[in-house]
Amino acid sequence: MKYLDEYRDGEVAGKIVAEMRRIQTRPWVLMEVCGGQTHSIVKNGIDQLLPEGVELVHGPGCPVCVTPLEMIDKAHSIARRPDVIFCSFGDMLRVPGSDGDLFTIKSNGGDVRIVYSPLDCLKIARANPTKQIVFFAIGFETTAPANAMLAWRAREEKMANVSLLVSHVLVPPALEAILASPENRVQGFLGPGHVCAVMGYSEYVPISARYHAPIVVTGFEPLDILEGVLMTVKQLEEGRAVVENQYSRILNESGNLPAQQLIGKVFEVSDRKWRGIGTIPNSGYRLRKEFAAHDAEKLFDVAEIATMEPEICISGEILRGIKKPHDCPAFGTLCTPQHPLGATMVSAEGACAAYYAYGRHLKPAPLHQIVPNAAPEPAAAGGGRS
Amino acid sequence: MCLAIPGKVVETYDQGGLRMAKVQFGGITREACLEYLPETVTGEYVLVHVGFAISRVDEAEAERTYQALKELDQLNELDAPAVDESEADPTASRFIKGRTGD
Repeated sequence: MKYLDEYRDGEVAGKIVAEMRRIQTRPWVLMEVCGGQTHSIVKNGIDQLLPEGVELVHGPGCPVCVTPLEMIDKAHSIARRPDVIFCSFGDMLRVPGSDGDLFTIKSNGGDVRIVYSPLDCLKIARANPTKQIVFFAIGFETTAPANAMLAWRAREEKMANVSLLVSHVLVPPALEAILASPENRVQGFLGPGHVCAVMGYSEYVPISARYHAPIVVTGFEPLDILEGVLMTVKQLEEGRAVVENQYSRILNESGNLPAQQLIGKVFEVSDRKWRGIGTIPNSGYRLRKEFAAHDAEKLFDVAEIATMEPEICISGEILRGIKKPHDCPAFGTLCTPQHPLGATMVSAEGACAAYYAYGRHLKPAPLHQIVPNAAPEPAAAGGGRS
Repeated sequence: MCLAIPGKVVETYDQGGLRMAKVQFGGITREACLEYLPETVTGEYVLVHVGFAISRVDEAEAERTYQALKELDQLNELDAPAVDESEADPTASRFIKGRTGD
């Protein structure tokens, strides 16, 4: 397909890696922010192509993974109601709550439907006027314009039977939380290309400056990711820390302004709890009060649910780039995509699920696997390329 | 979750007050909402995420960056140290074998 196939060219990939070897003089730790990038990296073995000492750690950018268990339990409690048609993107259906998943609820007679677009909920609502249509509105900034349009149209068309259960998360506060942590190992970021297609990248400029960390907004195909790594390593080697745009065929600094405008009319910034990480101030969206009639959290009396995560799970440290799946004793044994114990295994874009899907649990951990909490050592003379 | 795919706009129309399009992805055609890219015309490529076009693909920029990548080694071949071909090439070829076209 045009604009995909040419970014999967093995010959060009080899050239980018060769250029990386040419400029690299010491080890660097980079984080790819987005779960889609993690998936592409593991699927294509990009982390294993990189020169020794250029290490990728996997970021928190999988909205399904970081949706807190309490919110999933709330969704399930609404989905079980006989008067509700519960609509969701497909990747949320398999995520277990404290008691089963949406598939279980569907097999027990609940009306749970997968939608391609949030706008599908309007069609379902028109066809089922006696039912409450509840949409599980999760996602990062990429998905916010689509979810905002559903709320906007529901209010405009006075559709009293349409509501949204909102659990939206934002990337920049999560990057700040990672960089501000005393345990942080990350020196540069591959920024989230599709989030920035909507929001632009100006909000990353002060973060990059404050923490002196390069942020290169990057796409999702193998060549995009390799070029993003090359641009980040180049900045690190030159002692620069600015925001650069690898994904210029898709986005510019200002992003999609009409989309930002509707997001601003429908949502307001709020604190949000991230599964595996905890509450990050101002890191999510909630519906503005003008949309209270379409806010499922207000419409359905869902009591606060106390949840417990398994103690063995290290997904919080994986999401912050401190550990990797192989560091977890449960990875691939007690914890699998069929029986996930925590955030990074619940969705295909989580680091643990991606490692599992591409057979990484069958192999021993690579030799340059990180040692938890160890700072990268300075390279020996001529090092970094051994 | 943030998966977004570039596709070609083959038809635009209004539906229930919303600007919509038919967008072709390889052999598959799906509907996408154009409200956030209202000036899009037939023949252009847009990036679609959960049924919404969120960005137009800049064809000139796509061509420029791809050519720049292809020419990487030509720019540096004079001062580049010898690269161990046996290391670089077999790994690179895994891109081609492993693809499923998603």
